[in-house]
Amino acid sequence: MPKSVKQSLTQSPTEIEKYFREMVLIRKFEEKCNVAYRTGKAGGYLHVYIGQEATGVGWINSLKLGWDYVIAAYRIHAFPILMGTEPVACMAEIMGRVDGPSRGKGGSMHIYDIPRGFFGGWGIVGGHTPLGAGLAFAAKYRKEDRVTLCFLGDGAANAGVFFETLNMAALWDLPVIFIIENNEFAMGTRLEYHAADTELHKRGFPFGIKHERLDGMNVLQVKEDAQRIIDWVRENQKPYVVEVMNYRFVGHGAADNDQTLYRTAEEVEQNKERDPLHILRKIMMENNIMTEEKMEAIESEIEEQVEEIYSQALESPHPEKSEVYDHIYTDMPVEKGH
Amino acid sequence: MPTLTYRDALRQALIDEMDRDPEVFLIGEDIGRYQGTFRVTQGLFDKYGKDRVIDAPITEPGFTGMAVGAAMVGLRPVVEMMTMSFSILALDQVINSAAKVHSMTGGQASVPMVIRGPGGHANQLSAQHSHSLEGWYAHVPGLKVVVPATPADAYGMLKTAIRDDNPVIFTENPGLYALKGEVPTESGDFTVPFGKARIAREGTDVTLVAYSRMVSVCEAAADLLEKDGISAEVVDVRSLLPLDTETIYASIQKTNRAVVVYEDWRSGGFGAEIAARIGEECFDSLDAPVGRVGGLNVPTPYSRVLELECIPNEHDVVAAVRKIG
Repeated sequence: MPKSVKQSLTQSPTEIEKYFREMVLIRKFEEKCNVAYRTGKAGGYLHVYIGQEATGVGWINSLKLGWDYVIAAYRIHAFPILMGTEPVACMAEIMGRVDGPSRGKGGSMHIYDIPRGFFGGWGIVGGHTPLGAGLAFAAKYRKEDRVTLCFLGDGAANAGVFFETLNMAALWDLPVIFIIENNEFAMGTRLEYHAADTELHKRGFPFGIKHERLDGMNVLQVKEDAQRIIDWVRENQKPYVVEVMNYRFVGHGAADNDQTLYRTAEEVEQNKERDPLHILRKIMMENNIMTEEKMEAIESEIEEQVEEIYSQALESPHPEKSEVYDHIYTDMPVEKGH
Repeated sequence: MPTLTYRDALRQALIDEMDRDPEVFLIGEDIGRYQGTFRVTQGLFDKYGKDRVIDAPITEPGFTGMAVGAAMVGLRPVVEMMTMSFSILALDQVINSAAKVHSMTGGQASVPMVIRGPGGHANQLSAQHSHSLEGWYAHVPGLKVVVPATPADAYGMLKTAIRDDNPVIFTENPGLYALKGEVPTESGDFTVPFGKARIAREGTDVTLVAYSRMVSVCEAAADLLEKDGISAEVVDVRSLLPLDTETIYASIQKTNRAVVVYEDWRSGGFGAEIAARIGEECFDSLDAPVGRVGGLNVPTPYSRVLELECIPNEHDVVAAVRKIG
């Protein structure tokens, strides 16, 4: 675990309230996604971000939105929402409806908002990491000072292509930050059973890339670390490897219904002390930033908002069958029929 | 019109397009300082510098994936595979990333990239360096796959590929690099559209359907057949995806016989797809079953004697014509 840093609040109450609202929104949005899955409104694979909200909120809030690039794997609903994509559009995509950014062709794992700089949304573990390097390469090629955040999981940190990507990123000084979200599980395999060296930030070491292990649960700390590293990368035009320690309070995917295969209920309970929302509520109370009543009011308000998101998304139509032929090529039709 | 080798024609296409568009860059193993294993990129490192002619580490998944990411924001990477056999390492990036972006993003992004390199047999490169993979790629929706047989097409189709907004697999053939032919380079704007087959030789009695180096094998077979009074038409398919079936069918409607010739393993190769389509669409025009000549279904051996046994030659084609004859 990274050493805990005594928090002297550098963020304003307005900022802190923003992070709180965003974290609550993600938590409730994800809980609703699980409902959508259980009631058959969403299918396929669905991976929610419950327990990891502070990581997304802290890092995305440190970017120049509309300028910087973000790419991630498949536990992604939070990223486009934090970057400004309409939550209704995200929910519609998760439900396979036409008002999703990919018109229902992507689903939960493949949400993109290219104009806002969110590049998905990839299902092959580790496979998106060279694409992240490519986004950073393009920025450097064009002499733009964009920073790319490439989120991956602890499982992906073992993929061969990730090592190849680190080599290229260091070789060509690409302004990309690889953020390994260590939630302690690669699907159902614990960290110590899948990684020979469990300090995953050290993946950067052989390539001469600056690397560190950071907390991912206290959003205020995450925000400070994220801002410091993003600013450094923008300034120095070099890559960075960060291992963020968080925890997945839910199954790998919505279909992961037997977590006893890889962890105990006691362990989950113990980790709830680290729940990012619990931590932030505590900080806000201790520093008289927000009363418990106001927090509850915000939570109810957002719960209603998510209900509204859900029902609006449900109103979005399914795609027309003829759309199956759309968007295969930019400039030519595909052959029709079986 | 200048006469160029296939190799020089490819290089001229790269030069034209790099001059035309500063967002075109080259990446691959040994393409820069070493001048390219097959010398296609010779001189380009000195001309354009290390930022546009990039020597990649030996990491096909890495640099192919990097090119996909760069292409998603509009750069136009031309990725060289030292041989197409090495693209097997990058299949995940080609199939799971490049080919899927336009669809998975609902049309928000595209991947204007070219993956080019030699596919097929060279000379005693043995089992791991002699693959013909164009049929694998032509199986994948989202990719375009082209297989030029002449210097002019190599030039015109590479320019088209670089200007295309979709991922293009551009298969050269090591046996073609030294082939000479007239190439209309003068204007700098000659391009060859994808999905338009070429009648390489006119004939009336049988249609030989081929692509890449097998076109010249079919032309040699047509010479032999002519001596026996058989007039063979040779259709150079040029592009597998999109595929110009119209030109193939029109030729067969004239000749009433067809033999499909391809260097790839006979079983499950792209020629089998062409043969199946001819069977579906030209049944009434055919006077005989569709003939098929492909590479032997064996891993390519090192021995030149055995290697030559694997690759279809003009005599194999003549024999196939006689069989349906």
